[in-house]
Amino acid sequence: MSSGPALPADSDPDGTTVLGASDVARALTRIAHEIVERARGVDDLVLLGIPTRGVTLARRLAERLAQIDPAFDVDARVGELDVTMYRDDLRRQPTRAVGVTRLPAAGIENRTVVLVDDVLFSGRTIRAALDALGDLGRPRAVRLACLVDRGHREVPIRPDFVGKNLPTAQNERVRVRLAEVDDVADAVVIAGRDDAAGKESAR
Amino acid sequence: MKHLLSTADLSKEEAVGLLDTAAQMAATQSREIKKLPTLRGRTVVNLFFEDSTRTRISFETAAKRLSADVINFSAKGSSVSKGESLKDTALTLHAMGADAVVVRHWASGAPYQLAHAGWLDAAVLNAGDGMHMHPTQALLDAYTIRRHLAARGSGLAGDGGDGVGADLSGLRVAIVGDVLHSRVARANVALLRTLGAEVTLVAPPTLVPVGVGAWPCRTSYDLDATLDEWRPDAVMMLRVQRERMSGGSGSFFPSPLEYSRYYGLDARRLARLADHAIVMHPGPMNRGLEISAEAADSDKAVIVEQVANGIAVRMAALYLLMAGDSSAEGNDL
Repeated sequence: MSSGPALPADSDPDGTTVLGASDVARALTRIAHEIVERARGVDDLVLLGIPTRGVTLARRLAERLAQIDPAFDVDARVGELDVTMYRDDLRRQPTRAVGVTRLPAAGIENRTVVLVDDVLFSGRTIRAALDALGDLGRPRAVRLACLVDRGHREVPIRPDFVGKNLPTAQNERVRVRLAEVDDVADAVVIAGRDDAAGKESAR
Repeated sequence: MKHLLSTADLSKEEAVGLLDTAAQMAATQSREIKKLPTLRGRTVVNLFFEDSTRTRISFETAAKRLSADVINFSAKGSSVSKGESLKDTALTLHAMGADAVVVRHWASGAPYQLAHAGWLDAAVLNAGDGMHMHPTQALLDAYTIRRHLAARGSGLAGDGGDGVGADLSGLRVAIVGDVLHSRVARANVALLRTLGAEVTLVAPPTLVPVGVGAWPCRTSYDLDATLDEWRPDAVMMLRVQRERMSGGSGSFFPSPLEYSRYYGLDARRLARLADHAIVMHPGPMNRGLEISAEAADSDKAVIVEQVANGIAVRMAALYLLMAGDSSAEGNDL
């Protein structure tokens, strides 16, 4: 991973950087305000991150919510939700390691749960997350926040809060890098664009 | 991993990974809804040629908690009692579309035969074969030891609670009793060694198997000396398997009372254990023979917890063997 703050934004050898660290920060701040606006306050809000990077994003969103309203207790309102055992593609792939599920101290019963993921693609991860959530309790409402929506949905799921809509080709790969997880500056990178670039210039 | 036949086949990474998966499975078992949809539509056959209560029920519970269909097949009351061979039984199971077969057999090596003879393409889990191996029992023992003692070992790698990510290096485990007839002891010696723990077998000379010198462990005939000088962190009492002692070989010790005096865990020996030490038993217990009621019911005993951990470990084994397609290409979405 050679991408760092010193490099120009689009010289990353692993792909094109479409969002830099400040873009990610601004997007998260906006999403946090939208969440508060939509929920009319922070009273019943609980954030659940989907591993790996959704957990980090949920934590960052929670810190922003606490800045907006100091009554929001970050530690009691953020959890993580592992969806591995609810996936519908387990049999098509090598065995996945099961991750940690940790519910926030505030619980999810009758709360407004905001699921947080990094990239929204087919929507199947979110479908699995909804199933997992149903086994854990009955939230009053479930919302979905994602940093990047790249399209190509395969199930009827739509996000409530989006950092950036990113039109992509099916064969491209969108990677979110976060300082806490990847030890590089925050970035959203599109890789595998070589053949897609040709298509774009032809358009 | 395609089959789980012997703990000697597991690498350290596989073993730690299995225990970590078991920790996540255990976390789901404290929920109100314990059932997971992971293995929906798949079939697990419990093939038991030997009597068992807790292992069969534990495997059945584990499979059901993962939403698999369970078919119980015991030798008594089946066509096996009419003389059907293992091969024909396996071909029947194949025709019925079993995805995994949990097998317990009185003959050592029967699960290996089932897995490698080409009779079935299902995953085979050894639930105890003869005097050879009982891998899920050893895994649940290791899981229990790690939960209680990982913080004391030098292999502390995990940041989570319950020793997730850690191995057992630096810990000392004494395995006491009928080692000769015990598949639990054999499975544990191999696994605990892989995970980095030191093992001492304590047994009367008549109940120590031939060739034990080649095993990766120490042996002792003196329980008191082992407890006082070696200071084990965990003491695992083995059941005296009287049903295997009735053959032509005669008796292995002069009297139950003498066995109990020299090798039983009683209140006196319990008091000499370190404060943090735990007492384990694979069950079923012969109270008053290898373990006294005081020891079995003391705060140090984790025997009931071992049973609960057995479900989580077996869920992890079923998940790892059945959920993925080992032939599928990696996909990073």
